[in-house]
Amino acid sequence: MRWFHRFGSLPYFYRVSGPLAWWFAVPGLLMAGYGIFAGLALVPPDYQQGDAFRIIYIHVPSAWLSLFGYTAMAVAGFVTLVWRLKLAEIFIVAAAPVGASFTFLALVTGSIWGKPMWGTWWVWDARLTSELILLFLYLGVLALHSAIESPRTAARACALLSLVGVINVPIIHYSVDWWNTLHQGSTVNLLGHSHMETNMLVPLLLGALGFTFIFGWLTLWGMRVQLLWRERRSRWVGRILEADDRHVTHRS
Amino acid sequence: MLGLFWAVLRRDLLLAFRQRGVLVHHLMFFLLVVALFPLGTAADRSMLVAVSPALIWMAVLLAALLSLQRLFRPDYEDGTLEQYLLSPEPLALIALAKVTAYWLSSGLVFVIASPLLILLLGVPPQAVGVMMASLALGTPTLGLIGAIGTALTLSLPRAGLLLSLLIFPLYVPILIFGAGAMRAAISGLPYAGPLDLLGALLALGVIGAPWAIAAALRISLE
Repeated sequence: MRWFHRFGSLPYFYRVSGPLAWWFAVPGLLMAGYGIFAGLALVPPDYQQGDAFRIIYIHVPSAWLSLFGYTAMAVAGFVTLVWRLKLAEIFIVAAAPVGASFTFLALVTGSIWGKPMWGTWWVWDARLTSELILLFLYLGVLALHSAIESPRTAARACALLSLVGVINVPIIHYSVDWWNTLHQGSTVNLLGHSHMETNMLVPLLLGALGFTFIFGWLTLWGMRVQLLWRERRSRWVGRILEADDRHVTHRS
Repeated sequence: MLGLFWAVLRRDLLLAFRQRGVLVHHLMFFLLVVALFPLGTAADRSMLVAVSPALIWMAVLLAALLSLQRLFRPDYEDGTLEQYLLSPEPLALIALAKVTAYWLSSGLVFVIASPLLILLLGVPPQAVGVMMASLALGTPTLGLIGAIGTALTLSLPRAGLLLSLLIFPLYVPILIFGAGAMRAAISGLPYAGPLDLLGALLALGVIGAPWAIAAALRISLE
């Protein structure tokens, strides 16, 4: 339990998270880079979709992270409300814009893929619709956070909202599924070609893992910025800023 | 426990019915949204019937959004809410009583008034019962979910737009099942499934939402 309390201390977290970010950044960039490179250059074209399918090497990791990010925010929300851990609060605030960006990316790449494949930018398909509503859920959290001035109240409000949201995500997905199957008999299924060759699948999984590390890296940096801003009046932040100042003047 | 529930419910209902104007405003808003819609289209009867489920439910959602802003605001402004928070009584129960009173003075009005819309939109008579049932099952859940959003935005003076951003995505399942039941009834398909699901959502809301509302009120008044 000792490390838990130590990690909960904000100056300690700030000190450790700088080097820790590299452990997310380097493997993340390597794996995601390999995934994208292999997806674009090494993997053979799909026998039905030709080269257009290569966009899944960005699309699938983004879609995965949109769900992963929201779930992680809800877990952090639970921790915030039950144990009042400050780091969890900061995590929600830092993860929300990253998660929203990946959700947006998943929608945009899906739309770009849909144009040549389905002949239209947008279909009211169950999966697409739930992803769009997930984006709205993210935007709700961001809007709530920017509307409330006190950072602690804002973070706790976002914690509760993401918790309520995560209970609703499966219900929304299920209801949209039901709505769509009633609406138009056969749905376009993104996973219609469920069998994927191993040489296609491995770069995809590596890429997804790499993007997850990048998600962690960006969120960690976001947390550091949040932390400095929130604790800007505390002594330990003052000391860090002073040290930085001295460093800069020394160099120049 | 039950005494507390009744006391809060009675107080809120009394306050609501002392201002009869507000009740009439809800009703007029609901009717006006529905009545104005055909003016923006060619008044083609079959088209109106086809869009009527979506239209009625959109009117209900908008009315809920506007009326929900008043749910905790008067109590917040005159300090009653702080007394609720300080009292040893369970806040979740008070919240449930307040939402119940809110529904009786707004959602129930829509349920009772909705048959009027068959005249305006030409909804076939066999769908009227299903429409009323879907509204009766769906609008309380709108109130329960909306109350979470209202409680979270309580300390913000002009939260109307923000409130819509928070709660409309959460209203998606109710909209789908509510309008879906009506659509099924209009085209003569089985409608029990979506109605059952609306009931299930209501049960889930009654159990879960009061706790979330109470937590949100505590965050807002911290």
